[in-house]
Amino acid sequence: MLALFRRELQIGVRTGNGALTGVLFFLAVVAVIPFGVGPDLNLLARLGPAILWIGALLAGLLGLERLFQADREDGSLDLMLLADSRHMMALTVFVKCCAHWTVNVLPLVVVTPLLGLFMNVEPAGILAATATLAVGTPAITFIGAVGAALAVALPRGGLLVSVLVLPLTIPVLIFGVAAARGAVADPDPFLPPFLILAALMLFFAVIGPLAASLALRWGGD
Amino acid sequence: MMRLAAEGLGGERGGETVFSGISFTLGEGEALTVTGPNGAGKSTLLRVICGLLPALEGKVQFFGGGEAFPDVASACHYLGHRNAMKAELGVEENLRFWQEFMGEAHLPPFEALEMVGLGDIGHLPFGYLSTGQRRRASIARLLVSYRPVWLLDEPTSGLDKASEAQFADLMGVHLEDGGMIVAATHLPLGLKGAQELRMGEAAG
Repeated sequence: MLALFRRELQIGVRTGNGALTGVLFFLAVVAVIPFGVGPDLNLLARLGPAILWIGALLAGLLGLERLFQADREDGSLDLMLLADSRHMMALTVFVKCCAHWTVNVLPLVVVTPLLGLFMNVEPAGILAATATLAVGTPAITFIGAVGAALAVALPRGGLLVSVLVLPLTIPVLIFGVAAARGAVADPDPFLPPFLILAALMLFFAVIGPLAASLALRWGGD
Repeated sequence: MMRLAAEGLGGERGGETVFSGISFTLGEGEALTVTGPNGAGKSTLLRVICGLLPALEGKVQFFGGGEAFPDVASACHYLGHRNAMKAELGVEENLRFWQEFMGEAHLPPFEALEMVGLGDIGHLPFGYLSTGQRRRASIARLLVSYRPVWLLDEPTSGLDKASEAQFADLMGVHLEDGGMIVAATHLPLGLKGAQELRMGEAAG
């Protein structure tokens, strides 16, 4: 399993464009918002965490459809399915998700503090937004894996994956933004929504790979 | 004693039955070549055997595999049309990954590459290789991990004469070691004493 993780990382790093595309998209979303909303610094600071979350969510969906498609095209997926009795397919999917997150989504979390500055979010808010993204974005990848597995045989499944996955990510978004805002807006609590977010992530870490592995097994051709 | 047995196997493709009632038994050191025109269901048969496609009817069983190979899928090497190698990674890196992932290590990747005559280009990215070399590299994959059953789908497509002979030798060694081979092919593979299964005529 470690070998699989290492291989996925190597491929991700050598191909290299996945992370960059995501970060640039994230940057673009966050950078144009101030122009759209106008030069009201207080308004920006209030919207900040939400914008960061929406940007990261959309950027995190980019490239998800390639999660299994590349392996299917070169035949690796067949061998992974055959190895089911040695490495349970759900575990293989889980490891692939973790690697995908490390290569494509972790960079988004890393640039969040910088983009938070663009949005005039105060330091505590930036910290909270980064922490919630670090905990919440894996859930998006795990949910996305199900969509990617369902659309694996479709030639242009990217849009379909996003449409399938987006509604399921709404709870993650709600609690992520609630926690990030709770850190700065005084009466709102930070910890309860943050813990619910963590619980959601753990929940999807189990359900997502299981569902995705079933979809891959029965969607074979 | 290991044994691979198929009983009354039927398969479908896109909702249409392509073959049915196929039975065979392979013991240690035995091979089966599956021949027939395009579309007769040779590839489908191989995928049904290893369980990548559900069987419409009948079943495949693997006996005597012990703990290492409890079922058919775990006892099979599958060499399909696609090579299952990443173009971004080196040939040897690809092989090392499959060895670690599939377990039951057999030959080290370097030696496996020597066996298929690619010993000197193990460091190149897989994407740089020619079609025939890619095929040979994925044949080397059969050697890095041990599996008693080799399922080969047009294994020699893209290979030149010398490599074909080399591959025939490799298959011969595998059979001598008590392995089994099921190969779908148009070309003679140089397997001596192999059973032959003709597809597409009875159903025709």
